[in-house]
Amino acid sequence: MLDVALFTTLALVIAALALNVYRLAVGPDMPDRLLALDTMYINSIALIGLLGLWLNTKTYFESALLIAMLGFISTVAVCKYLLRGDIIE
Amino acid sequence: MTFYVILEGVISLLLIAGGAFVFIGSLGMAHLPDFYMRLHGPTKATTLGIGCMLVASMLYFWVTEGKPDIQEMLITLFLFITAPVSAHLLAKTGLHLKLKHVEKTAGRPVELRPEEVGEKPVPHPDRGHG
Repeated sequence: MLDVALFTTLALVIAALALNVYRLAVGPDMPDRLLALDTMYINSIALIGLLGLWLNTKTYFESALLIAMLGFISTVAVCKYLLRGDIIE
Repeated sequence: MTFYVILEGVISLLLIAGGAFVFIGSLGMAHLPDFYMRLHGPTKATTLGIGCMLVASMLYFWVTEGKPDIQEMLITLFLFITAPVSAHLLAKTGLHLKLKHVEKTAGRPVELRPEEVGEKPVPHPDRGHG
């Protein structure tokens, strides 16, 4: 039961990543691409969690935490750049 | 024995629910017509979906290793704190760049004050100017 659920979830997350790549490619403006990139960060955290479940190891959760932090910081930095033309005033 | 079967069902249900929420969030982001609508999908549905998935992962390792670990909950907590902040900044960026929106999207960019969109400097009364 868990195997079927794991592979179904993997398929759904990979489909979500494909949709994010679509929005990243066609997104008409800069904030659309930024939103797509932020969602890709979150979906890759989900992918790492599923990899940990599949391989039955907890090694990769630190990298998931790192990706969460870097995704948030980079989103905020690009937002500040688009808002004020500068990151640190 | 039945206890483990029920627990496996709960973990599978949480995984499927998480995957469905993540997919629906990304589908909304790919499909909806303007930026302010697209902002809804990833910031709410995707955050809930990844919360479900990480709770399922925590339950699985709790069952297999016999002791709870808060590491996954740490990721969930961090995402639940940072998702609204980045959504707020993205919405502010969209308003600042005056992106096109469809007619039924409520709210207009004129609701922002001039210093919030960078047209005049923010006053600092404690530094003597403002």
